[in-house]
Amino acid sequence: MITLWKKFYNWIDERVELENLVEFMGKKYVPVHRHSIWYYFGGVSLFLFIIQVVTGILLLLYYKSGEESAFESIHYLMSKVQFGWLIRSIHSWAANLFILAAMIHMFSVFFEKAYRKPREITWITGMLMFFLALGFGFSGYLLPWNELAFFATKVGTDIAGVVPFVGKPILEFLRGGEDVTGATLSRFFGFHVAVFPGIFTVLLGIHLILVQRQGMSEPLGIEHGKELKTMPFFPNFLLRDLLLWLLVLNIIAILAVFFPWELGKKADAFTPAPAGIKPEWYFMFMFQTLKYIPAKVLFIDGEILGIMFFGIAGLLWLLVPFWDKSSARGQQSRFLYYIGLLVVFYIILFTIIGWLA
Amino acid sequence: MSLNNPPMTPAQESKRNFLKYILSGGLVALTGSILYPIFAYLRPPKQREVVVSSVKAGKLSEIEKESGQIIKFGNKPVILIRTASGDLRAFDATCTHLDCTVQFRKDMGMIWCACHNGKYDLSGRNVAGPPPRPLDEYRVVVQGEEVFVSKKL
Repeated sequence: MITLWKKFYNWIDERVELENLVEFMGKKYVPVHRHSIWYYFGGVSLFLFIIQVVTGILLLLYYKSGEESAFESIHYLMSKVQFGWLIRSIHSWAANLFILAAMIHMFSVFFEKAYRKPREITWITGMLMFFLALGFGFSGYLLPWNELAFFATKVGTDIAGVVPFVGKPILEFLRGGEDVTGATLSRFFGFHVAVFPGIFTVLLGIHLILVQRQGMSEPLGIEHGKELKTMPFFPNFLLRDLLLWLLVLNIIAILAVFFPWELGKKADAFTPAPAGIKPEWYFMFMFQTLKYIPAKVLFIDGEILGIMFFGIAGLLWLLVPFWDKSSARGQQSRFLYYIGLLVVFYIILFTIIGWLA
Repeated sequence: MSLNNPPMTPAQESKRNFLKYILSGGLVALTGSILYPIFAYLRPPKQREVVVSSVKAGKLSEIEKESGQIIKFGNKPVILIRTASGDLRAFDATCTHLDCTVQFRKDMGMIWCACHNGKYDLSGRNVAGPPPRPLDEYRVVVQGEEVFVSKKL
């Protein structure tokens, strides 16, 4: 076995010279300090993404897009196909955990200032992947064509529609017409299984190559101190990573088995929106904010104000490596630290209020 | 341009410029001719609206007092309400806020939207919550036993 593996290795090595790569991997170290735990959340996000790809492909084998077949095909999948319920539940749970892990990863990078020079591109690609993850969530939510998804999509696309000038064309582009119909379902299906995964894979490739090439960022305070303790990436850190992935897989299995994802009622354009309708938790804080903005503020529509607020906030967040001058100089900015805390506090508070309402 | 080349004569220079314009112009035209069909393709064609002027909503005796129901008006939902005093009223059931479908709430005596807690009174006026406009009113005509809903002219 060993000799066979050796032969195979040599065969590849003769052709593509693996020596440099092996040497590079051997030299890769992960800093060890009291914030080291945050290094794991990028890996967890990656693992959850892999789960999404695998279960997503499995779901594709039975899913039939279309107003008259989408709901029925998921119903069939969950009631007739062996382990169909499990695959769908895992896909739904892992989707939510993915967004949670990516959020934790993002905020830890924000508070550790890991986005500072020279890692601006890593931050930008990460943020773009996060926005795409929200797009994955929003588009995937509609695919079972149930009542909740139908109204969520109506509201979500209608919000896009209130943006001045470009809103109407964007709304029609998203819906495939003026209303949410089977045409919308076709488009969302296309976004969810082709457009987004394609873009995401490219961004993920850049993100991972940069992490390998630049190594792990070290927290600001520690950088100028004494020699830092490190741990070899291969195999020490990787094995810890894998152990955590196993743990995450178990959590997903428990959630999927004991709290299987519901299918609900089929979408019907001629029934009222059901009482207690709520968006997914990661949109909750925005949804809850919209409830508090009055219909008109001075002469501006409340919705436009809300969208502008979240749009500008998102853009500032995306571009933080370029305007956070102090972290680029190696100093911790108090102001940004409090901004970050405020954002976390705001999101948590409004999510809770939204759930209790 | 580069150090090795002798300086260009004016004739060469104008020839070079000519080629530059032709090529960049061609590139712009090529990009346009690829992007235009794509963007046009992304815009869904205008569907012909189902022209409906009036629909039968049911029998008067079957519509309870203090009730509301959604009826199909072409491809649009319309809410038909019968008040406590027996009046029949119909409104566009699409919430003016963010496109959800409203419902009649007997306990509130109002038209209510579940999505963002928008409230309208039984004349369709937006009285609470985020809706920016009242609901469009439809005309209700009773002919004998039959109830008809039609667009207000």
